[in-house]
Amino acid sequence: MNIIKFLDGFTNESLLNKKASRRDMFGSLGSMGKKAALAAIPFGMAAMPKRTFAQESGNDPVSALQLALTLEYLEDEFYDLALQSGVLPSGRPETVYMQISKHEQAHVDFLISGLEGAGVTPVEKPTFDFTAGGAFDPFNEYGVGQETAYAQLLALAQAFEDTGVRAYKGQAGNLLGSDFLTAALQIHAVEAMHASEVRRLRGLKGWITNNERGDGMPEATQAVYNGEENVTQGGVDVTTLGSDAAFSMEASTEAYDEPLSGDDAVAIASLFIVE
Amino acid sequence: MKKNIVRVEPIGKSTNRRRFLKLGGLGVVGAGLLVACSDDDNGMGMMPDPDPEPDPDPDPDKIFDLGEGDLGVLNYAYALEQLEADFYTKVVNSFYGNISDEERQVLTDLYYHEVNHRDFFKAAITAAVDGNTDLVLPTLEFDYGNLDFGNREQVLTTASVLEDTGVAAYNGAGRLIADPNYLLIAGKIVSVEARHASAIRTLLNPGSADFAGDDYVTASNGLSAALDPSAILAAVGDTGFITTKFTANNLP
Repeated sequence: MNIIKFLDGFTNESLLNKKASRRDMFGSLGSMGKKAALAAIPFGMAAMPKRTFAQESGNDPVSALQLALTLEYLEDEFYDLALQSGVLPSGRPETVYMQISKHEQAHVDFLISGLEGAGVTPVEKPTFDFTAGGAFDPFNEYGVGQETAYAQLLALAQAFEDTGVRAYKGQAGNLLGSDFLTAALQIHAVEAMHASEVRRLRGLKGWITNNERGDGMPEATQAVYNGEENVTQGGVDVTTLGSDAAFSMEASTEAYDEPLSGDDAVAIASLFIVE
Repeated sequence: MKKNIVRVEPIGKSTNRRRFLKLGGLGVVGAGLLVACSDDDNGMGMMPDPDPEPDPDPDPDKIFDLGEGDLGVLNYAYALEQLEADFYTKVVNSFYGNISDEERQVLTDLYYHEVNHRDFFKAAITAAVDGNTDLVLPTLEFDYGNLDFGNREQVLTTASVLEDTGVAAYNGAGRLIADPNYLLIAGKIVSVEARHASAIRTLLNPGSADFAGDDYVTASNGLSAALDPSAILAAVGDTGFITTKFTANNLP
């Protein structure tokens, strides 16, 4: 299955269908200066799905796994290219990226075999553009310089991992009763372990406070964090459970990660998908 | 509690100080002295008996069973969160000497988060059973034996085992949950536990791949551990940390 077709199906009314195909959208962006335009587009805003996420094609286990595979393709290729780029300092950064890369590759393989085992054709690997049309140069391919490239390499890794955690969480309900639920949870936790380490490598806490993207994160990544400020869990405002610091806004938002809808996850990933 | 299914134990001090959730032994499930109340559950999961018979002879020594279905899973999570919250409360009330600012910050945050989780579960379960506190796991008591809270290595290693165990527990419990709202909440919490696990692992072995180490994440498929309540509770039981007896006779 073609990735764009899949994304179309996933979001139904989607990013891309009707008269404004994804290609057209990028085409029109190109005509007004693709690089400048994309640089100004926040994560997740490249295509704004207006609908709520409730349609026939996107709420089933297969769609959940196809979305997961798409995100894993993205992460897998990102870490491969990062390791090949020569931008990563040796020592902790390289060790961390190698370990994460190993897992993302394993997740891709696992999801492909899981889908095939279920008699489903996995989505094809998209063509990625980690510059997002020229907004970033994480592999220093265009001469942004090692230092800036490394900063972008870390910032993108943080955004991808935190997105992955939220996206898997958002699909858990769609996997309820499915044989794949446990495996998805097992991957979900690994993404969170990655996210924590990358955040700490960047000098942040391993957990998300309020909806803060954290120091040094491009404003374009804010969509990854919007909604993390929620404090109502199962109908309980957890800030009201006590008066000490454990129930502050900060602690109450850090203690719970929030889900991301399929639409929002697709919108974030789409910024890096050419085709 | 059910014994000898899984032991959580720090394995020596290999060069990279990896810790293992070591699988070992064979389980004799359901055997033992706590089996007596196995049928003393609350019926249908989250549906408490609307008009429970008053116990004619309340027994103060009655052993609590976590229950079945979603209620059982919530009580199970509440037990684990009580343990974590209690542990970190002791940690932050007497930090080991020469603690670094980073370690103090991480452990203080973990304390906040786990206390928040604990009190959330108490509130959520109480609401779910319409205030019938007979169905809510009581406040547990703890004893850490000769664990030295003044010893950095012991504190961080224990924290690491607790966090790793928490992740495996939530991962394994997801499939037991029927209500998607509870599944989502478990998902919201497990990823934070995984973030904790990663941070503690890095504190123990800075600069290494241990944040998601091969001892915990299967290299061939990239999956973290998932264990059933019986395995988790056996492991927790082996630590001896929880001194209040309870059973999980209606959970796998």
